Amino acid sequence: MAEFIRFDRITKFYGALCVVENLDLGIKKGEFVSLLGPSGSGKTTLLMMLAGFEQPTSGSILLDGTAINAVPTHRRDMGVVFQSYALFPHMSVGDNIAFPLQMRGMGKAETGERVKRALDMVQLSALSDRRPSQLSGGQQQRVALARALVFEPRVVLMDEPLGALDKQLREQMQLDIRDLHRRLGLTIVFVTHDQSEALTMSDRVAVFNKGKIEQIGTPRQVYDEPTTRFVAEFIGETNLVEGVVETVQGREATVRLPSGAQIVSAVSGNVASGQAVYLSIRPERVDLSETRGEARNVLETEVTDSVYQGDHLRVQLQTAAHPLIAKLGRRSREFLPGTKVYAAFSAGDCRVIAP
Amino acid sequence: MPMKIAKATFATLTILFLVAPLVAILPLAFTSSVILTYPIPSWSLRWFEELFFADAWRRAIINSLIIGTGTTLLATALGTAASLGLRNRLIFLRGTMRTLFLLPMVVPAVVLGVGLQVLLAGFGLTNSYLGVIIAHTVVAVPFVVVSVTGALAGIDERVELAAQSLGASPPTVFRRVTLPLALPGVLSGTVLAFATSLDEVVLTLFVAGPNQRTLARQMFSSIRENISPAIAAAAFLFIAATILIGFIVVLSRSILARRR
Ligand SMILES: Nc1ncnc2c1ncn2[C@@H]1O[C@H](COP(=O)(O)OP(=O)(O)OP(=O)(O)O)[C@@H](O)[C@H]1O
Ligand SMILES: [Mg+2]
Repeated sequence: MAEFIRFDRITKFYGALCVVENLDLGIKKGEFVSLLGPSGSGKTTLLMMLAGFEQPTSGSILLDGTAINAVPTHRRDMGVVFQSYALFPHMSVGDNIAFPLQMRGMGKAETGERVKRALDMVQLSALSDRRPSQLSGGQQQRVALARALVFEPRVVLMDEPLGALDKQLREQMQLDIRDLHRRLGLTIVFVTHDQSEALTMSDRVAVFNKGKIEQIGTPRQVYDEPTTRFVAEFIGETNLVEGVVETVQGREATVRLPSGAQIVSAVSGNVASGQAVYLSIRPERVDLSETRGEARNVLETEVTDSVYQGDHLRVQLQTAAHPLIAKLGRRSREFLPGTKVYAAFSAGDCRVIAP
Repeated sequence: MPMKIAKATFATLTILFLVAPLVAILPLAFTSSVILTYPIPSWSLRWFEELFFADAWRRAIINSLIIGTGTTLLATALGTAASLGLRNRLIFLRGTMRTLFLLPMVVPAVVLGVGLQVLLAGFGLTNSYLGVIIAHTVVAVPFVVVSVTGALAGIDERVELAAQSLGASPPTVFRRVTLPLALPGVLSGTVLAFATSLDEVVLTLFVAGPNQRTLARQMFSSIRENISPAIAAAAFLFIAATILIGFIVVLSRSILARRR
């Protein structure tokens, strides 16, 4: 499918501070793309430039093939949901949702009809006459969502819209938004610094770091095939172990660890033999057993601590040269500190990352 | 407990201190005597009659209303516009500019008076209603600026951005979002401007001619010419009007707040 939104070599300076640097990003129609990154990495800034609240210092933004740098916000036809909701405090819930329709000169009857449908969609029909201040956080959030969707904008932009909600409500809203996205075929750009939220909701995740996109791909790709150390560490928990590449065969490499152990691992970037690299091993992919077993990669370790965390057992291990963390299923047996165990994982469960 | 009593005593004394002048003058508005002194021989409304039917007093009341209304409109418009302008982060020396707008509050009225007289004379506006309105506006604008700036500071900027993204052009954002949200502040500013104009004497002495005598100015001169209890009646009128306006403001604010 053709690209709908394109950021073309976008750079943004605030004074001398470079907030977004030479960024390229394409988003397809109907796609749900999350911008994920730590605080201050430029996610909001990028979104604000797309909405027209900020101007890029250089580069252009294209919507459906046309540059929109010079188009003022109110003609961009994008629904924006802010973290703070930004509802109109002096208008009722119904009037808030009717606002964008009134701006488009829609007749009274149709406006009423559409507002009603939008309220139904977010299950707030009973609260139409309330003021925003009389609603709970989650309800306000849903009003903000209805208001941004009711005029069927070309793109919906959301800046950490679920940040202020408690965990349960947040997870409910995540599913609701994903459901709306599928039903209405919306194009959504969603900013978050919560990695599980990004993985849950998106078609693709763009991982931001210091104004640049470190990696963009499906949730599975960024989680299972991180290409940089930053991505491996930022998304999920991982064991990062230093090593040196010995040989490379196609998509696999043999890496020698400081302890002398040899590990066969999948490779996502370009590495050459002799290169110093990191190995990223996801804790939940590590199996523990008292016998050596048949796995390709086996490390001799000793248990230093083991913590029961409800849904999993977290075991801290020490090899000859480095610590290792394993997360085991709830049904796993206990591992007492001091026990000698073998930690095993397949080549596909670890990644070589060039530093 | 002793602390509580001390607090209550102090509060009572402060209030007494503040209202004592009123307590002293107000009963004299209802005296039947021709001089402004105690004791009061008997109660009468003759001085209110004097106020509404004697030419000088009636003219003064009408002048005060004309000049007060003019000042209120002008000061509210200018002060609101200034506050809106001062919101713009890009404005050069924003802090200094804001201080400049508040200057008339601290500059001695006599200095302003001399300056305004010279200035207005240059434009041929001395002894005219417009001249007095301009002079009063100079001292009323800071009150509007303070109160509107406060109200604007309370508006979440993102609410205005949201309105823009929903399709509202900048003038529409102002009309539908900014202004309604700042309205309580504008309203207070309006009242303060009117009150400022009502009791302004010094500038009026400098720039007003005999035809623009305001109520405050009339009181000021009649206290020297003849100490008639009409002054007390005028004072009573002043206070009644102030309380009425204050009441209206409180009422409309609470209505606005309920709509919020
Ligand atoms: N108006 C501004 N003026 C100056 N600097 C700004 C402005 N807005 C943002 N910045 C700076 O730009 C950088 C990126 O900010 P941005 O809001 O895009 O981060 P973010 O990725 O959204 O972070 P968060 O997750 O905390 O919201 C930060 O260092 C911030 O201090
Ligand atoms: Mg942000």
